[in-house]
Amino acid sequence: MSGSHELSRRDFIKVTTGIVGGLIGAVVGLPAIFYLIDPALQEGGKEAWIPIGKFEDMQVGVPYPFSFTRVQVNGWERTASSFGGYAIRKSDSPDDLLVLNSRCTHLACTVNWHAESDAYICPCHDAKFSMEGEVLDGPPPRALDIYEEHRLTDDGLIEIFFKEG
Amino acid sequence: MWNTIYNWLDERLGFNELYTNLLDRPEPKTTWWNTLGSASMFLFIMQGLTGIFLTVYYTPSPDHAYDSIQYIMEGVAFGWLIRGIHHWGATLMVILVFVHMLRVFFTASFKFPRELTWLIGIGLFLTTLGMGFTGYLLPWNQKAYWATTVGTQIAGTVPFLGEFILKALRGGPELSALTLQRFFSAHIWIIPALLAGLMGVHLYLIIKHGESHFPTKED
Ligand code: HEM
Ligand code: FES
Repeated sequence: MSGSHELSRRDFIKVTTGIVGGLIGAVVGLPAIFYLIDPALQEGGKEAWIPIGKFEDMQVGVPYPFSFTRVQVNGWERTASSFGGYAIRKSDSPDDLLVLNSRCTHLACTVNWHAESDAYICPCHDAKFSMEGEVLDGPPPRALDIYEEHRLTDDGLIEIFFKEG
Repeated sequence: MWNTIYNWLDERLGFNELYTNLLDRPEPKTTWWNTLGSASMFLFIMQGLTGIFLTVYYTPSPDHAYDSIQYIMEGVAFGWLIRGIHHWGATLMVILVFVHMLRVFFTASFKFPRELTWLIGIGLFLTTLGMGFTGYLLPWNQKAYWATTVGTQIAGTVPFLGEFILKALRGGPELSALTLQRFFSAHIWIIPALLAGLMGVHLYLIIKHGESHFPTKED
């Protein structure tokens, strides 16, 4: 047996078993990987203009809180996710408006405006942000995010442009 | 280098011995009929793997069970394949286990010293049926619902204990969320654990005794 170039019966069985086993493994294993990661491959990113409040209700220099929910289809269920922020009016012009996202830039808790401290405070790790969203204290790596695009409608409503993550 | 590592590990773990016992043990003259046990075991492993994958999306609640399966079939990449294998594998496994049992019966392989192997085999057959029975309810569609209604109703006809058995199976007098939840638990934890344990003893006994010779005309 040894020394000859012919495949022994046993080796033939071993090799065939290996190949067939490998094939079965690949045919089932590769799809299984896609099956697992499928939700991560889905495109999200629906866009919308969302009304956050009347422009006339927003006072100059006082953060105006707003919140909204978006319903997303996740798998076999519709899930409502909440979003929110603060609109800070700086002058009479509707363009002179800063719209902050209240999602903390540290680890995504929701910050709240505390007038007495003159800051947004995050309940999770005590971060403090100024009225304009700059980090005053705590672990966040950067200022609060800003909804860059907003507009005043004919009905006097402020709308922000929202894109699903 | 590799040899040193291999030998080091082998001295402690005994690969070679394991290999000889599992895959290179002496056998009498065998036929394809002797492969059915291993085929059953292969299917058990396959059912285990595809089953684990199914639980990534499946939800055992009356509100979501049906929709979650719909989602697996239409929403998830290759969901149809994973579920398909599990679905057809279940039927195939019952058939294979049964044919394996028939072959052991017809070749009289259940005799001394293999009576325990046979008895444990009965346990394996029953637990395999249990897997089928509990799995059938999980899609929570009409067929599943009524099959389980009928199945548990039959169990309820046992004299004296019937009503208790029926309530224990259903988790109450009627089919409900409790029924689905306990069938799910049985299907993914309790019965597979039993099955795996029994299989372990079954295989130990087979390795210990070796395969039986098939009887000849003289026997
Ligand atoms: C989950 C189900 C089962 C698995 C995974 C399984 C596995 C195996 C394997 C791998 C073998 C050795 C190869 C062979 O002879 O086919 C074997 C042999 C055997 N099985 Fe099973 N088996 C199962 C069900 C059963 C059932 C239902 C019975 C009978 C009630 C049974 C009784 C036996 C006996 C007596 C042997 C020894 C046969 C001999 O030595 O010739 N098994 N089983
Ligand atoms: S999440 Fe806001 S401080 Fe950590």
